[in-house]
Amino acid sequence: MSTRSIVPFGPQHPILPEPIHLDLVLEDEKVIEAIPSIGFIHRGLEKLVEKKDFIEYVYVAERICGICSFIHGMGYCQAVEEIMDIKVPERANYLRVIWSEMSRIHSHLLWLGLLADAFGFESLFMQSWRLREKILDMFECSTGGRVIFSVNKIGGVRRNVESDMLKQFVDILSGMEKEIKSISNIFLDDYSVCSRLKDVGILTKQQAHDLGAVGPMMRASGLAIDTRKLGYSAYGNLDFEPIISTEGDSYARTYVRIHEIFQSIDIIKQAVAKIPTGDIEMPFKGFPNGEYFARLEQPRGEVIYYVKANGTKFLDRMRVRTPTFANIPSMLEALKNCQLADVPILILTIDPCISCTER
Amino acid sequence: MIENQEIREISHHELVQNSLQLKSHNWRLVQICATRISEGFEFTYSFALDYKFLCLRFTILEDEEIMSISTVFAPAFLYENEIQDLFGVKIALISVNYDGNFYRIDKKTPFKDTERNG
Repeated sequence: MSTRSIVPFGPQHPILPEPIHLDLVLEDEKVIEAIPSIGFIHRGLEKLVEKKDFIEYVYVAERICGICSFIHGMGYCQAVEEIMDIKVPERANYLRVIWSEMSRIHSHLLWLGLLADAFGFESLFMQSWRLREKILDMFECSTGGRVIFSVNKIGGVRRNVESDMLKQFVDILSGMEKEIKSISNIFLDDYSVCSRLKDVGILTKQQAHDLGAVGPMMRASGLAIDTRKLGYSAYGNLDFEPIISTEGDSYARTYVRIHEIFQSIDIIKQAVAKIPTGDIEMPFKGFPNGEYFARLEQPRGEVIYYVKANGTKFLDRMRVRTPTFANIPSMLEALKNCQLADVPILILTIDPCISCTER
Repeated sequence: MIENQEIREISHHELVQNSLQLKSHNWRLVQICATRISEGFEFTYSFALDYKFLCLRFTILEDEEIMSISTVFAPAFLYENEIQDLFGVKIALISVNYDGNFYRIDKKTPFKDTERNG
């Protein structure tokens, strides 16, 4: 007869850069159930909307997370722009797409490095982060920042990027493509890497749907939904299809993220080829009055920005539904029936961002 | 406008029934949002079907209790526990109820305050 025990996992654990706690109910080495506990670093940033006016709040939104900082700022701006019926200039829309996709590449490379580190492949971790560094350099060149850029503003963007620099970016990304291909072969074909990822933490298509999974977690289970297909910003003018896999295991989630890196490079190339000249911001007057749910695709999945305004400079409500928050039920399901030794990597394959979750 | 977003007004007594109907048509829960209003709270439950987006909305008085939909949509327990902790709204029959301990915050129900601090 198997022995049942409860093993606490986290909030401090080598695999977790941020705190989350799980009570793992085990039968011998097999996980039967996982009960999550979060809220160790809840910051109350949604409440801060009462102290910062709606223009200043862009800076707070950007600080919800250091990885998808740009898309947080963009999501907030987009919600306010919809309420105020501000038509953002096309050039600004294309620049937003370029920075968004660079954020996706940077986030996925960071995640690949963390995954490699988790299964003890140090040189692969270093190669992934070495490549990520090139994206951070491009951020620095075009925005002046490597983590928080502060280029989003309501009505457009603060900085233009000259066409010469955009062409340089395309050249750098073309060079990176070959290097990323080289490391992706190891992630997808190496025997020992595959043995840690294949058939581990399976989430079926139906489970992904019912449990509200988003982003690569959802697409790795075969659901072809990508919020960018809504056509916000300049995505409506660009050609791409959601990357999916059908196995729903840790390997499938790795496969989706790796292919999304190549897809993002392609989207940036399309955007650079199509970006029009012109203004980068639309001046506006007055205060927002109304409400809107802005939905965007962050590297980790769909983010929802809800803004409710009352015609004054302070908003009534600002709420963010972050992708990690939405992926917690799916992670708990995927943990069931896995081995204790697989728990750290399985948690990592949802690409958890506790900073976002504890906004 | 990027997309049309339907917000359907309901009574809070109709929440579970409406949720069951949406579930039977394959909609999935994407978020629950509470907002403090002068007479109580406003709730918005958002659902998605592929790229379609639909919200159910109702308001309740400060001391009213609402029913959980976590038995219909399993992920609801996270949103409902969050709302219990931040707004102090009573939600009955949550599948996993943290009973006010979901977030480890010093101030209890901080979003319940009606006075703005700005």
